[in-house]
Amino acid sequence: MTDQPPVISCKNVWKLFGKNPEKYLENMPKDHSYDAISADGYIAGVKDVSIEVNRGEMLVIMGLSGSGKSTLVRCFSRLHDITGGSIAVEGQDIMALSEKELIELRRSKMGMVFQSFGLLPHRTILDNVAFPLEMRGQDRHTRRERALEVIKLVGLEGREDYFPRELSGGQQQRVGIARSLAIEPDIWFLDEPFSALDPLIRREMQDEFLRLQDLLGKTIAFITHDFDEALRLADRIAIMKDGSIEQCDTPDRIVLDPKTEYVAKFTREVEKSKVVKAKALAKHSQNIENSGPSVPANSTIKELARFLMSDSRDAIPVVQNDGEKEMLLGGMDRKEALDILFGSD
Amino acid sequence: MQSFETNKDDLIFGLSRSINVQILLAVAVILMATRPILPEAFIRLPDWAILSWDVWLSNFFNFVKDDLGLIYFTRTLTAGLENLLDVTGNLLFGKRRWPHLGPIPWTSIAAVAAVIGYWLGGWRMALLAGGTFVWTALIGQWKIAMQTMSVLAVAAPMAFFIGLFLGILAWKYDWFDKTIRPILSVLQTLPFFTYLLPAVIFFKVGPTAGAVATIVYAIPPMILMTTVGLKKVSPEIVEAGKMSGSSRWQMLRYVYIPAARTEILVGVNQVIMLCLAMVVLTAFIGMPGLGAKLLLMMNSFKLGRSFEIGITIVLLAIMLDRCTKVWVVKQPEHFEKETPWWKKNAFLLAGIGAFILFFLLAQFIQIADHITRKQDFSMGKEIDVLIKTFLDFDPIQATTTWLRWFLNVWVLIPFRNSLLWIPTPAFIILVTAFSLWLGGRRPAIYALIFFSIVALTGWWDRAVITLYTVLSAVILAMLIGIPMGISASRSEKWSNRILLVCDTAQTFPSFIYLIPAIMLFGVNDVAVVFSILIFSTVPLTRYTIEGLRTVPVEMTEAADMAGATRRQKLINVQLPLALPTMAVGFNQAIMFAFFMVIIAAFIGTQDLGQELQRTLAGTDLGKNFVLGICVSLMALTFDLAILKWAEDRKKALGL
Ligand SMILES: Nc1ncnc2c1ncn2[C@@H]1O[C@H](COP(=O)(O)OP(=O)(O)O)[C@@H](O)[C@H]1O
Ligand SMILES: [Mg+2]
Repeated sequence: MTDQPPVISCKNVWKLFGKNPEKYLENMPKDHSYDAISADGYIAGVKDVSIEVNRGEMLVIMGLSGSGKSTLVRCFSRLHDITGGSIAVEGQDIMALSEKELIELRRSKMGMVFQSFGLLPHRTILDNVAFPLEMRGQDRHTRRERALEVIKLVGLEGREDYFPRELSGGQQQRVGIARSLAIEPDIWFLDEPFSALDPLIRREMQDEFLRLQDLLGKTIAFITHDFDEALRLADRIAIMKDGSIEQCDTPDRIVLDPKTEYVAKFTREVEKSKVVKAKALAKHSQNIENSGPSVPANSTIKELARFLMSDSRDAIPVVQNDGEKEMLLGGMDRKEALDILFGSD
Repeated sequence: MQSFETNKDDLIFGLSRSINVQILLAVAVILMATRPILPEAFIRLPDWAILSWDVWLSNFFNFVKDDLGLIYFTRTLTAGLENLLDVTGNLLFGKRRWPHLGPIPWTSIAAVAAVIGYWLGGWRMALLAGGTFVWTALIGQWKIAMQTMSVLAVAAPMAFFIGLFLGILAWKYDWFDKTIRPILSVLQTLPFFTYLLPAVIFFKVGPTAGAVATIVYAIPPMILMTTVGLKKVSPEIVEAGKMSGSSRWQMLRYVYIPAARTEILVGVNQVIMLCLAMVVLTAFIGMPGLGAKLLLMMNSFKLGRSFEIGITIVLLAIMLDRCTKVWVVKQPEHFEKETPWWKKNAFLLAGIGAFILFFLLAQFIQIADHITRKQDFSMGKEIDVLIKTFLDFDPIQATTTWLRWFLNVWVLIPFRNSLLWIPTPAFIILVTAFSLWLGGRRPAIYALIFFSIVALTGWWDRAVITLYTVLSAVILAMLIGIPMGISASRSEKWSNRILLVCDTAQTFPSFIYLIPAIMLFGVNDVAVVFSILIFSTVPLTRYTIEGLRTVPVEMTEAADMAGATRRQKLINVQLPLALPTMAVGFNQAIMFAFFMVIIAAFIGTQDLGQELQRTLAGTDLGKNFVLGICVSLMALTFDLAILKWAEDRKKALGL
């Protein structure tokens, strides 16, 4: 997973909003703070961000409203032109693309889902889903076939002829998801896709989304302002504040080791045992006896609670199971795990 | 109305707004007080000071027309437009031109209209749409109505496409938007007669000129609605379109325009209604149709026939307005799976079927094809007699005669004479002071410039008479409209009723308002004021109701809890909050009045409209244009000041 080059790679990306941002950025002292920039009449949507998204990974970008999440993701797809730095998608500098190449890139590689769906109100569900295919000039018949396929995938079979207005919010977002998948994109952007939905529906959609991701294994940049959602879905979480990334790490690491006061504020309320997985605690040490029962790497400590209480070994072997092969990752310190379980910091 | 002086850039010479207003007023009063000893040049501009704009403009127009050869270009356009008009003319009323198919039997048209009505809004719309055409045929006005419709059928789509195109440009290019905005506001205040003469000169008398003038007049709202609609498209839809890989053209064609559907259709509604109103007015350049007939009937005081034509025009207006409005809100519905194709296209098939059925029927039954003079149900003579006996009925006649006498002797003539008495500079200063007080510095500067230009054209007296007619009518309209709005706003039921009446009345072509005025008061000044009065009462009432009804509930409840009486609540809470909205209505009333006063010219006024109408018979483009601009500048002065006030006030109240 890690030896492949990243799908998206950002280096020192800046996005300023204001009258003449390029010029301003050029003359600005490099360590200017967010507030100092605001005082000069500019908004730092994205402030000196360097981040990579790896193939097949789900990166969740988390932050409060106005922290620059949407702006950052829109820079990835060049819906915004960045003010400074560089962004490469599959090794290609996207700022160097011509309009035609950019359109081609979006037509073949990218899909995006929006918070309030962004459906075209006067097209049927089928026509909405087929829209990206229509834009790239596919004939009516192929378009229809493919659209029906994705509509089925998101569970909206039989609603093809409805209009968006006739569907519930959750169903509309399924349409949005179907549309973004129609072209079989490699990279999938989701901007707070479930924030406009009721909590119950949201939960259901998250499960649905995880199912899809298991099936498709896309490279994903997922935005949310809901920390629980982030923990639930993410391979890695990037926490943003005032346009900068405060910390970017796996959920376990963020919960176990928040790097800044700001990140710590989020993690304080979280029940850590529900987040931290066995593999995060597995350490390579010689003296684990690879005998006796082991635990699967992807179980949370909470799930292992009963086991931890009854087992008496100091180090418990953690085993990664990827399909056919079992691999020993290391030993999990039982005391450390119990500390997490009972929250004794 | 109160003004306020929080704004720093409102200072002129370091003095606050109210001080400046007082200074201006003082100057004007001194000028007026010393009138008897003022030199003649201070009372009216001496002849040598008057600039001959009209001659310059005429020369300029001639240069553009002949030397630059614009006329050949426009005459070429004429040919194209003429062909279109010939086609609709042939189809609708059997003009002897290609394609030599028409006229289409009236029953076919009525049936198709009913089907469309049903598709749009069920039985009621079907009845309205079909019924309007049935009425028109039965009353014996089919041919003239179709003459009007044949121009409308060409002008409205043209205005739509041109407006849409320019609207897209204005949305896309900021500089274009900035350039056309002032032009549009002048165009919208320019009297319709100013459109007519250039149309006649550049595009040949008759339907073509009528169509051109109508098209030009109907374009501005379409441009505005298009820009508004495109700007309002939600950013997510735009981004979704971009992420789907749309090219620029695809974005416009498949994303922006469909997403702005509502506003664009509202534009369509406005285009059609303006076109109808204007096509009727092209009677003044001899365009045959409903308007011409109405003009003829009114001129010969045939009230019964005028009344009937009036009803036809009103019905057409209501039908077109309702149908397009229903279309705006009509949402697509899906069909259940496995619906057979004929069911999906049931309305289309029904329409075609009805058309063919009646078409065939008309080949054998004459009445289904056209209605002859002897067969129609026109009761023009009888209604005429009825109206005239009614008007001759003593109490009625006594009332109208007294009203006419009272208005003339005690209100109108004294008001006019006093306005004419004011020395020109004092008048301009007064208007400037008014604009300053109301709108602040910018509107005041515009007022000063605009009214000075009017003075410099040499049409001062006529301009003052125009202004006097407008002001007296609007003031009278306020006395009626505002109390009516206030009392209606007390109950939900009455608010809705009166709003419906106002909405409907606003769709009537302005020409219609002359009919009751002439009926009651004959052909004179009072009739003019009266017609303007009815016309401009409508927006005043409407915006009063809207203003009062939209006062936030918390505020009235707070007043209730503070123990305010109904009257105290109205005066201290509701009216102040409603005033900005009411001001918009007041502004619209003034704009309507400026529009109407010019049209009313044919009753026999002595204002700019009269002169303007006279130019229609000649070729003096320069004079026509100067007169039009005078009206436009006066209207704009009020427009700028009042709307600025309303806007500032809304901001200050945090609405
Ligand atoms: N087009 C724009 N013009 C000016 N400012 C913008 C624009 N888009 C976003 N911003 C500003 O950038 C900041 C980040 O916005 P956004 O990325 O939408 O935040 P988030 O998605 O995290 O809520 C906000 O302060 C917002 O006001
Ligand atoms: Mg956002």
